Amino acid sequence: MKGQLLTAILASALVAPLASAADADAIAKGKEIAWHRQKGNCLTCHMVEGAEMPGNVGPPLVAMKARYPNKADLRAQIWDPTARNPMTSMPPFGKNHILSEEELDLVVEYVHSL
Amino acid sequence: MKKIIRNVAFGLVGLSVSAASVAGPEEDRQAFRKFYENRFPQVQPIGDFQNGVYSILPAAREQWESIEEFPPYELAIEEGEKIFNKTFANGKSLKDCFGEDGAVREQYPHWNKERGMVMTMELAINECLEANGEKPLKYKKGAMAAVSAYMAYNSRGQVINVEIPSDDPRALAAYEDGKEHFYTKRGQLNFACADCHMHTSGMNYRSETVSPAFGHPTNWPVYRAKWQEMGTLHRRFAGCHDNIRANPFKAQGEEYRNLEYFISYMSNGLEFNGPAARK
Ligand code: HEC
Ligand code: HEC
Repeated sequence: MKGQLLTAILASALVAPLASAADADAIAKGKEIAWHRQKGNCLTCHMVEGAEMPGNVGPPLVAMKARYPNKADLRAQIWDPTARNPMTSMPPFGKNHILSEEELDLVVEYVHSL
Repeated sequence: MKKIIRNVAFGLVGLSVSAASVAGPEEDRQAFRKFYENRFPQVQPIGDFQNGVYSILPAAREQWESIEEFPPYELAIEEGEKIFNKTFANGKSLKDCFGEDGAVREQYPHWNKERGMVMTMELAINECLEANGEKPLKYKKGAMAAVSAYMAYNSRGQVINVEIPSDDPRALAAYEDGKEHFYTKRGQLNFACADCHMHTSGMNYRSETVSPAFGHPTNWPVYRAKWQEMGTLHRRFAGCHDNIRANPFKAQGEEYRNLEYFISYMSNGLEFNGPAARK
């Protein structure tokens, strides 16, 4: 997984057409993890494009690039949302090992594409 | 030196007294109730909170009311009645502990001073059975839920009136323990009861709307479509703990009894209306 991601990053730095294919792959994998009920299960709380019957506990995940120009901030929010808001009801996906670091990277790719 | 120490000690006593008078259970209860009144002003009269999520979901309510017309818990009440009236090997029956029709729901939960613990109705049922040489029942479903359904049914309309006797500090401690439980985040998903049933009550987790905690202890046991059978309040506690990937506590163990003590005190003034049907 890590290797794949590294390839994706290297590729995006070197060869543009190859990069977008690798990005699309990461985004697709990230989507699968984010939508999976035993994994991210983000739709329980967030509306995202294409979701049927999403929850409304969290804000809709739209225009993410504009809201998170810096991917690291987005990753931090998903890794441990309690850092920013100790009272939040969003689970700390990284900190509590709900997702692995690799899975989290892929989810960030997907969410950033929304 | 001695004087200083005395003054410090005096100061501490003064502090704890004033702290208690600022945020005692009664103040907690009023604030709790106010929170739900403000959040769901459409729930009228306030007693309607006894209907759980249906008090805030007019769209789902109609279907629920039609289910309640042919209640799926009816069989459990009948089964419970048989168990309630059954003669023990020693010639006695549950009637000897709970009266002719077992309409004692309003007596539970209560603080038992002699034993320094919260008594619940299910615990009292099992203690009655055991005191008479009968086998205790499992706490989460089956025969226990049936007896409890029968007794709750005969108690409909009784009002929750939990007391925290001020002459026993252990009662307040049990209440505080239940309160802390309610507000403490736990489990891999890091949720407190209050996160769902207070701060996000009325919101949707997927298509599931979360009920207000005000009214939670009124309607037990329930027939739950998802279970396809009856379950007790502590079964539900354990289910919610499972959902947040926290280790559930033992049904009728001290943690859940104290939690029941707290949430019941918070719902003082509402009517018992169990058993009920739920999704
Ligand atoms: C149980 C509810 C819940 C789940 C599940 C959940 N979130 Fe959230 N999320 C929230 C809430 C509530 C907020 C609002 C921020 C806060 O509470 O501090 C939030 C905020 C966010 C934000 C910040 C949005 C902004 O406008 O800044 C992002 C990004 C986010 N969530 C992504 C995710 C992703 C990705 C997942 C799944 C891997 C996820 N969330 C799962 C409840 C949830
Ligand atoms: C992640 C969200 C979540 C958490 C945390 C949670 N619950 Fe629930 N709970 C639900 C949902 C969803 C339901 C089913 C819909 C409803 O009736 O609220 C439910 C149902 C209930 C019910 C049944 C209500 C009824 O009328 O039948 C009780 C009682 C309850 N929860 C108590 C608790 C307690 C006590 C805790 C903490 C130990 C807790 N819950 C934690 C989501 C949660």
